[in-house]
Amino acid sequence: MMNLTKLISSASSSSAASRSKTLISSSSSLLNRSFSTDDSKVLTIETSIPFTAHNCEPPSRTVETTEKELLGFFKEMALMRRMEIAADSLYKSKLIRGFCHLYDGQEAVAVGMEAAITKKDCIITAYRDHCIFLGRGGTLVEAFSELMGRRDGCSKGKGGSMHFYKKDSGFYGGHGIVGAQVPLGIGLSFAQKYNKDEAVTFAMYGDGAANQGQLFEALNIAALWDLPAILVCENNHYGMGTAEWRAAKSPAYYKRGDYVPGLKVDGMDAFAVKQACKFAKEHVLQKGPIILEMDTYRYHGHSMSDPGSTYRTRDEISGVRQERDPVERIRKLVLAHDLATEKELKDMEKEIRKEVDDAIAQAKESPMPEPSELFTNVYVKGFGVESYGADRKEVRAVLP
Amino acid sequence: MAKSVKELGKQWMISSFSKRGFSTACSTLKSSSSSSSTMEKQSGKSVNLFTAVNQALYIALETDPNAYLFGEDVSFGGVFRCSTGLADQFGSKRVFNTPLCEQGIVGFGIGLAAMGNRAIAEVQFADYIFPAFDQIVNEAAKFRYRSGNQFNCGGLTIRTPYGAVGHGGHYHSQSPESFFCQVPGLKVTFHSASIGALHVEVFILYLQSPAQAKVKVVIPRSPKQEKGLLLASIRDPNPVIFFEPKWLYRLAVEEVPEDDYMFPLSEAEVIRHGSDITLVGWGSQLAVMEQACVDAEKEGISCELIDLKTLIPWDKETVEASVRKTGRLLVSHEAPVTGGFGAEISASIMERCFSRLEAPVARTCGLDTPFPLVFEPFFMPTKNKILDAIKATVNY
Repeated sequence: MMNLTKLISSASSSSAASRSKTLISSSSSLLNRSFSTDDSKVLTIETSIPFTAHNCEPPSRTVETTEKELLGFFKEMALMRRMEIAADSLYKSKLIRGFCHLYDGQEAVAVGMEAAITKKDCIITAYRDHCIFLGRGGTLVEAFSELMGRRDGCSKGKGGSMHFYKKDSGFYGGHGIVGAQVPLGIGLSFAQKYNKDEAVTFAMYGDGAANQGQLFEALNIAALWDLPAILVCENNHYGMGTAEWRAAKSPAYYKRGDYVPGLKVDGMDAFAVKQACKFAKEHVLQKGPIILEMDTYRYHGHSMSDPGSTYRTRDEISGVRQERDPVERIRKLVLAHDLATEKELKDMEKEIRKEVDDAIAQAKESPMPEPSELFTNVYVKGFGVESYGADRKEVRAVLP
Repeated sequence: MAKSVKELGKQWMISSFSKRGFSTACSTLKSSSSSSSTMEKQSGKSVNLFTAVNQALYIALETDPNAYLFGEDVSFGGVFRCSTGLADQFGSKRVFNTPLCEQGIVGFGIGLAAMGNRAIAEVQFADYIFPAFDQIVNEAAKFRYRSGNQFNCGGLTIRTPYGAVGHGGHYHSQSPESFFCQVPGLKVTFHSASIGALHVEVFILYLQSPAQAKVKVVIPRSPKQEKGLLLASIRDPNPVIFFEPKWLYRLAVEEVPEDDYMFPLSEAEVIRHGSDITLVGWGSQLAVMEQACVDAEKEGISCELIDLKTLIPWDKETVEASVRKTGRLLVSHEAPVTGGFGAEISASIMERCFSRLEAPVARTCGLDTPFPLVFEPFFMPTKNKILDAIKATVNY
């Protein structure tokens, strides 16, 4: 604890700290304890494995970072991990309804990608969207409120787990139908190019969606018109309950674009992801689309109704946890660079836990949306329509 | 679970294997709804709806070596456990997982069926059927017609779970049946179910085409109905879309005969007799309507409840006969009211029974909004909404 106080600096205005500010809801005690790290001091870190490239020169394995960024990665990923674990128990206690897909195991993709790009760049993803939303600057309270269908949610409680959005930072959200968001992403990138935004779109999809026809339609359009689109295949190796090799003739998704270059990235290594996204952004602004295949893993099942153990072994899951866990990788790097002690990181995790618990408590206080919200955001409002719940004793909502 | 299914399967094999050939038309079906009373005398185990699906699929695969079952996650049992044990029993060449691509799954099924096979495709949720919409509407439904009956995909049956489950949200709750009812060439069938003491029957909706070229839409209401209708759909010589009420997969339990039997498609069933108003529905909605009928009876209103079972082609005669008796009609479905199949029923009955109607046809349906996450109770055509509409219609 003594060491810890030494590491606490006065309020910092560094970029990493401001990122964690948006990441973590206000009134957070974490806010006040950014570690005193040297922002200007450049660290070089070697990625776990080399990149594998298709039709392009791969970027260097050596990634530049700062102490602040390294520690920031740990915080953000630990926070994401904790949020998903908490969502798991909220779902089991039936506070979260609908379908819920958790991101734990894949955190390095969300964090590494965010580190390489700006909020002018767009991200669009499928239904495993909680952590992408946090990465884009969403707050825990917004996330938990949305999960529980409350008014303070990022989609006003009308979307739920699969439908997080954040317009002010270019997050075009969570989409429910497998693969459907990728053509949309291509449309976003066309607008960026037309408007000369010098920004790019990351269209994310899973290895399951990689077999959808519309993906290839989108890819062709993007390549034909040299659009600044980065197709990010988060390959967690299972499309729902079907292993990739059972569903894909070629599980080398980075090569699936044929005429479109690709890069295979260790998606469990946040720095490899960062390096790849930085490289991809430069590439697509000049040369048109690229595919990034992030080799990653989800610890949970496909959704909450999938125990995740019928189509893969428990040994496989624990093996990935031991060998490749993205949070543990960063923890080791932090320790190796002597930025914090093991105890300090544990304390940080404790605070994160509290942070998450506080956000949940706050989200639970948020009321359900007004019943009349049922009829907002549809083209034709149900004027004069009355509706009521299953039990007529409930308040009857007379709609606008 | 898997083991018991296999044991059950063995019993069927002994009791009913190769007893029957394949029907090529509904008229050859072994059992009809009118003979269902005899069915009830037969021994049957009390099983839930997904087990009834499993039994039907088992029989379909057992009795036809050219039957294939495929879809996302099907080989390890499917997300609703409907195909549990079938891959073990029939091998991975006949029961298999597909990649996650609905358009491909249905297109593949059409080709497979065009070679004279029984292709049983599963679309994991009815909400995911839209990527396959083109294949269903433009390929499956018109294959026979536009090839001058040289080719057809009559062996194709698309099974898909539809409807609300209480907390499914936008993409796991929709009821898209009416989209397919405008497609000559398809049959749409619904499964309904009995819940506890309330016996709710299977609704099938049937799409009718002038020739034999239609896709049919079928929806059952209970485990027993599910089995009989699914087998009939699989063996029907037209492409059938078979909607299963996912809310009832575990909830609905009923005695289901163990043998191989079928219920006729396009034949509605009066599941409750009454004299003041006719109620028409299908699938899981029947359970809700039945409750409304019971409550209405306490207030002295006698309701006749009809399970339509097949939406395309649908059994107009049964509904018409009932409305001629009662003079009033209420249709209820979960899908949004505008453009729902209730509108078609309403218009047809208006044409046929105009002078006999004593009140406008009532529709108690889902609201014209996307299927909501937290407002599901407001969206749904609940018992009280139906009861209110019954009273309003009777007191018109």
